[in-house]
Amino acid sequence: MIEVERVTQRFGDRVILRDVTVTLAEPRIGVIGSNGSGKSTFARLLNGLVKPSEGRVTVDGFDTRREGGKVRRKVGFIFTDPDNQIVMPTVAEDVAFSLRRLKLSPDEARDRVAEALERFGLAGHADHPAHLLSGGQKQLLALASVLAAQPETIVCDEPTTLLDLRNTRRVGTLLSQLPQRVVLVTHDLDLLDEYDRVLVFDEGSLIIDDKPAPAVAAYRTLMASP
Amino acid sequence: MTDRSSSLRLTATDLARIAVFAALIAALGLAGTLYPLGGQVPITAQTLGVMLAGAILGAYGGALSVITFTVLVAAGLPLLSGGRGGLHWVIAAPTSGYLIGWSFGAFVIGWLAWRFRPWRRSAAAGMALFLLINLIGGVGVVYAIGIPVHIWRVDSGTLAVIQAIGSFLPGDLLKAVVASVVAYQVHRAIPGLAGGSNE
Amino acid sequence: MAAGGVSPGGPLGAYVPGTSLLHRCPPGPKLLGLLVALTLAIRWPEYVAVPAVALFALARVPPRMALAQLRPLWLFLAVAFGFQVLAAGLGTAIEVVGGILLAVALASLVTLTTRVSAMLDALVVAARPLRRLGIDPDRVALLFALAIRSIPLITEIVRNVREAQCARGAGNNPIALAIPTMIRTLRAADALGEALIARGIDD
Ligand SMILES: Nc1ncnc2c1ncn2[C@@H]1O[C@H](COP(=O)(O)OP(=O)(O)O)[C@@H](O)[C@H]1O
Ligand SMILES: [Mg+2]
Repeated sequence: MIEVERVTQRFGDRVILRDVTVTLAEPRIGVIGSNGSGKSTFARLLNGLVKPSEGRVTVDGFDTRREGGKVRRKVGFIFTDPDNQIVMPTVAEDVAFSLRRLKLSPDEARDRVAEALERFGLAGHADHPAHLLSGGQKQLLALASVLAAQPETIVCDEPTTLLDLRNTRRVGTLLSQLPQRVVLVTHDLDLLDEYDRVLVFDEGSLIIDDKPAPAVAAYRTLMASP
Repeated sequence: MTDRSSSLRLTATDLARIAVFAALIAALGLAGTLYPLGGQVPITAQTLGVMLAGAILGAYGGALSVITFTVLVAAGLPLLSGGRGGLHWVIAAPTSGYLIGWSFGAFVIGWLAWRFRPWRRSAAAGMALFLLINLIGGVGVVYAIGIPVHIWRVDSGTLAVIQAIGSFLPGDLLKAVVASVVAYQVHRAIPGLAGGSNE
Repeated sequence: MAAGGVSPGGPLGAYVPGTSLLHRCPPGPKLLGLLVALTLAIRWPEYVAVPAVALFALARVPPRMALAQLRPLWLFLAVAFGFQVLAAGLGTAIEVVGGILLAVALASLVTLTTRVSAMLDALVVAARPLRRLGIDPDRVALLFALAIRSIPLITEIVRNVREAQCARGAGNNPIALAIPTMIRTLRAADALGEALIARGIDD
């Protein structure tokens, strides 16, 4: 369970998030809002990439400020641009990189890597340079790498924004089938149909917190008004 | 870098910057060849990357990124301009001294830049100061190591100086000018740069 | 990735695959051998030259590949040769140019017969004693891997900036190219740093 308590986020003297309180317990949570509304900042708070200027964020009781390491073991993060998220030269190495802190035996690690690549249709690319994958494959590799570490929650910040329709669907379906809790920031509103809950941000405030259908409808109305 | 007092432990941010600047030096050798001055003489931007590594990352970050680049070349990756790579270019060629000098040059540029902070001055004064720093580190220090090795290998001071002036010096002077403008502008555009490491 | 392990199937660079004794020799002894050979070559080049040629034969490096390593030096060596013939005579010219060729050839033999990954791994192992100075060999290995990973990323940035500036007619203005390249490079570095943090590297 992730608890965000009275968080206000400032960069310099600009207020980016204003007094946000929310408890994330459902398996599927969507986050929507216009550009600059504070979605990425909210997402980054959840794994301690951003530390709250006021208030606190805890994951299963661990404060992101003081126990970032424990938090990041529980909360994996997928960025918009997989190019910046792949840190190793080859596909298999990138997945293996996630396992270094688990201190597995070499055999176990090899099996885990193979399993993760298999699951995301990348088995044939294990020793290929990661930068030669297609955009969709890169995002699948990012998912494979983050999931190999077996987090309990994964936070995805617009993971499909750079993908074509086919790959967007594919990533959307994969996310919906994960056993992990998923917090999905997205502009692809269709992906949220089956979600349990959708949060709408506007100018740094959490203005709507509802089931997908009413939340998305309210968001559309909000965006249509001048 | 961030906490130099206790150990040389590099944070994720340090590692990323050092790695990315090592890659930048490589990328400038691969894709950064320019044809200024009417397109007659090709100038690779590789030493521009070396100067900027020092000027943007500071002494330790700059030197470490150039060392990383040098190690990759020594290990055999064809990252020097013209697709050259291998141990021979780093330790056995008559020009190896210059390549080894790059790391020291980047260190000196970073050290001087953080000592005199050209970005705190007006544009003209700041760029002039950066130019002086880049000339000291990027030309002075590099040549101070490169030329003696060069002289030793070709067994002639005159020849070494002719070859250095003929092949490197004009480009290096031009790159020192470019690096000064760029370093000044980038430090102004991203004020946090000088605040993190090296302070 | 434990200590080392920089791309098993990774970039080859100048490496020429093979199974000769030199190929199978680990990088450490090869580097020590090179050091000895280079030192001897300074004093007695004529005695090192013959074994050097024999080693190339032993390694079965195709002469084409061996010469490819020397090609970028030709102009340089031609100038040096011409100068020395005029200044000090043919004997000195041969001695000087021969000495350079010998040193470069010896060092290139190590590169031609050693995988990039094996060389980097050897370096990481050699860095182990530095642990006492607070340098973590795992981080050294990680740094090499990150740099290799970043090369295509940054090359792409350099190309993109170039195309964008060409479209605006500033394709050969070094400053117009370098400033956006720098800003984007720093942004890529920050994103990479964030990804490393998110994946637990600092925890
Ligand atoms: N590290 C930062 N420093 C300064 N301003 C920031 C930083 N991160 C985000 N912002 C600003 O905060 C606002 C909200 O950003 P963000 O959370 O990325 O919104 P969204 O993801 O909804 O587009 C933007 O105006 C952005 O410029
Ligand atoms: Mg965003």
